Amino acid sequence: MRFSIYRFDPDKDSQPYMQDYVLDEAKIWPGMMLLDALLELKAQDETLSFRRSCQEGVCGSDGMNINGRNGLACVTPLASLKSPIELRPLPAQPVIRDLIVDMSQFYTQYRAAKPYLINEDPEPEVERLQSPAEREQLDGLYECILCACCSTSCPSFWWNPDKFLGPAALLQSWRFLADSRDQATDLRLDELEGPFKLFRCHTIMNCVEVCPKNLNPTRAIGRIKELMLKRSM
Amino acid sequence: MSLPRRNFDTLIIGAGGGGLRAALQLSQAEARVAVVSKVFPTRSHTVAAQGGVNAALANVLPDNWHWHMFDTVKGSDYLGDQDAIEYMCRAAPRAVYELEHMGVPFSRLDNGKIYQRAFGGQSRDFGGEQAARTCAAADRTGHAILHSLYQQNIRARTHFFDEYFAIDLLRDRDGTVLGALVLEIATGEPLIIEAKTTLLATGGAGQLFRTNTNALINTGDGMAMALRAGIPLQDMEFFQFHPTGIAGKGMLITEGVRGEGGYLLNGEGERFMERYAPKAKDLASRDVVSRAIYTEVREGRGCGPNKDHVLLKLDHLGVDVVAKRLPGIRETVKTFLYLDPAVTPIPVYPTAHYTMGGIPTNRYGQVVVPEHNGPEEPVLGLYAAGECACVSVHGANRLGGNSLLDILVFGRAAANHIIGELKQSRYHRPMNDDSVDQAMARLGRWDRRDGSETVDGLKRELQTVMEQYCGVYRDEAVLREGVAKVIELEARLQNAHITDHSKVFNTARIEALELENLMDIALATVCSALERRESRGAHSRVDYPERDDVHWMRHSLFHKEGQRMDYKPVRIKPISVDPFPPKKRVY
Repeated sequence: MRFSIYRFDPDKDSQPYMQDYVLDEAKIWPGMMLLDALLELKAQDETLSFRRSCQEGVCGSDGMNINGRNGLACVTPLASLKSPIELRPLPAQPVIRDLIVDMSQFYTQYRAAKPYLINEDPEPEVERLQSPAEREQLDGLYECILCACCSTSCPSFWWNPDKFLGPAALLQSWRFLADSRDQATDLRLDELEGPFKLFRCHTIMNCVEVCPKNLNPTRAIGRIKELMLKRSM
Repeated sequence: MSLPRRNFDTLIIGAGGGGLRAALQLSQAEARVAVVSKVFPTRSHTVAAQGGVNAALANVLPDNWHWHMFDTVKGSDYLGDQDAIEYMCRAAPRAVYELEHMGVPFSRLDNGKIYQRAFGGQSRDFGGEQAARTCAAADRTGHAILHSLYQQNIRARTHFFDEYFAIDLLRDRDGTVLGALVLEIATGEPLIIEAKTTLLATGGAGQLFRTNTNALINTGDGMAMALRAGIPLQDMEFFQFHPTGIAGKGMLITEGVRGEGGYLLNGEGERFMERYAPKAKDLASRDVVSRAIYTEVREGRGCGPNKDHVLLKLDHLGVDVVAKRLPGIRETVKTFLYLDPAVTPIPVYPTAHYTMGGIPTNRYGQVVVPEHNGPEEPVLGLYAAGECACVSVHGANRLGGNSLLDILVFGRAAANHIIGELKQSRYHRPMNDDSVDQAMARLGRWDRRDGSETVDGLKRELQTVMEQYCGVYRDEAVLREGVAKVIELEARLQNAHITDHSKVFNTARIEALELENLMDIALATVCSALERRESRGAHSRVDYPERDDVHWMRHSLFHKEGQRMDYKPVRIKPISVDPFPPKKRVY
C-alpha cells in the first residue's frame, strides 16, 4: 500500500512537502485501520508525527485530511481508501508539524460557546429531574469528541475562524440550549447575535458529511436560528 | 542551567476524571491550580469508560451504601482497605448528584431520576439478589463525565498546560515534593512548575500488555515518577483482565451488555457461566468471568475456526434496547467487526484492562510510605488519586462501575485535604538544584545518537513478555522467567536511541520516555506477582490455587531500588461499621 504524506518540521524544513511511504503488503491485515498503518509507518520512520490515543474513535485525537476528506484515522478502514493514500493535516489550521495542527482557535471558539450547564437555582439534595423525552433532546449533541473534523471542513470557518464559532462550538451551544436543566437561554442567544458568530453558517453541510460520530451540527445551528427568530417575534 | 519557572499553589498532573474533579474543587476554593496533561484534557482515557458509575441511589431497586461496601470488600477478595471503601461508598450518592448538577447527561427513568443498571458483583442485602447500582449515560458514561468536568473547569477558570509531558517530580533533601519538571511538547522546552502541593492523577498502565482495552497514552507515567522518587508501588501484581474485549483486537465491550441482559456462550452453545457462578452467572466478578472464559477456551470449548474466543450474545435484547442503552458499543462493533451486535453475537476474550495497584495513599489522597514511625507516613507535598493510586478500594479485583467512582470521590477528597494544607503553607519551599539536574538528565539521555535498539521494537517485546509471562494464570517457573526477561529488556533499553532529534512536537521522544515508565512498572508488576504465593482476586497462581489469609492478607510494596519487596497490613477496620471478615468468595 502506498502513501503520500504531508511533512513539515519547522526545526529543519523551510517548506512543507509530500513524502511517499510504502507499507509492505505482509504487514496489512484484514480490518486494519488507517491509524494501524500509520503506527507501522512510524515504526519505520520515527520522525513521522501525528496525534493518537484511544484507537477507537472516542478521544478525537487523530483527525486528519484523508484523500481529501476529514476523518479519524483510527476508525477509517484502510481497505476503504484508494491508493496512494494522501494524508494532510486538517485544513486551514496552522501546522505545528506534519499532521499535527495548532487547534487553539478551535478551542477558543468552543470556550466562547459557554459549553457548560448554567443553572443558578440552589442545588437540590438529589438529582434534578429530567424526563426521558427531555433527555432525548441531548442525543446527537453530547457525543461530540472535539476532533475538529467538522469545523476545519467548513468554508465559513476557514474564512472567519476568529469570528464564526464554527459547527463544533455551535453544536455545543445548542446542546446546552436544548437541556431542560439550563437557564441561560437569553444569555446564550444574546451572545450569538450579529452577522458572524452564528449567522455565517450558510448550510454548506460539510460538517454533517465528515462527522465521524454521525452528528448533525447543521441541524443544531438551524434549531438555534429558529429559537432566535421565535424570541424576536 | 537556568530554566523557566512558574509557580502555583497546586500542580495536578493528569487531566482525566480524577485530575479534573480535584482541579474543579481547588479552583472553586480559589486556589491557584495548574493542570498539566500530555494530551488535551478531553482526550484522557476516562473518556472511554462506558458502563457507568456505582452509587446506592436506589432509583431502580432498594439499595444502600452498606451493601455497596460489602460487595466492594468481597469483590476485592478482602484485600481492600475497609476504611477507604466505607468512605467511598458513603460518598458515592453525593458524588453522582454533584455530577448531575454539573450537567452530566445521565440516562433517565420514567420518573425523571437517574437511570441505573445492573453490573457485575452487585448484590442487595449483603450477598442476596442482584442490585442495580450503576448510574449510566447510555454506554458513554466516561465521555459524558469527562467532558462535563472539563466544561466546569473552563467555567471555574482552571489553568491548563495542555500537551505538556511530566518528566519527574522535584523533591528537596527532606523528601518534600516541590513540583515537577515538565516538557512543553510543541516546543520541546522544559519548564519547572513549583507547587506547594502536587497531585498525581496520571491513570493506569494498560500498555504493559499487548492486547488491552487501553489508550496508547496509558503508560503509567505517574507511577513510574513515584518509583523514581523512591516511593514504592503497592499491589502491582493485581492487574484486571476485562472478560469482554473484542477477541484479538481488544476494544472494550462494557459489562453493561451483561447488565442489560446479555450473556456468554461457548463453542457448544452453552451458557457456561452457570457452571462457574450458579447464582450471579454472567454478572459474577470480573476475575471470575475472565478465568471462566480462559478455562473454556483452554479446554477446547471456544468458538470460531480456531476455538480461541467465546461469544457475547445480546440480540435477544431487541434493537430498541441496544440502540437506546448500548449505542456506543454497537457503533464500535459495527466499525471494527462489520457486524451488528443487535443481530449477531460478539466474539470476546479477556483483555488487559485496569491497574488495581499503584501509588500507596490514605483516604485523604496523601501518598504514604513506610518510614520510621509506621507503615503509612505521608510524603509531604504529594498526593495521588484514581487509577495511578492505590487507596486501596479495589484490593485484588475491582468491581465494574467502581473506577469512575474512585476518581470522583478521591479526586475530591485529595483536593479537600490540599485546601486545608494550603491554609498552613503560605510560602514555597526553596527548590533543590540536584533534583532538577536529575530530571534534566533523564530528558537529555535521549539526545544521544548511537545505540542498536529501537523504542518501538522494545515496547512490542515488553508487551509480549508481559502477556506470556504475567497473564491471567501464573506460576513460579513462568514468573521467574518473566522477571529475567523484563530485566534483560530493561538492560537493552539503555542501548536504545531515537532518530528524531527535532525540538518541535517530538513524539518519538515522548514515546521513549513513556517506554522507560512502562519498563519500571513492568518490573514492579512481575516481581510482585512472583513473590505473592497465593491466589487472590485477579492474581491466579496455578501452583498456589487457594487464598492464604494467614500469610498473604497484606499489601505488597515494590521498591525500585534493589527491586526490594516489602509488605504492610490491610486496614480491615472501617470508619463506623463492623469489619467484614474474610469469607470464602462465591458468586
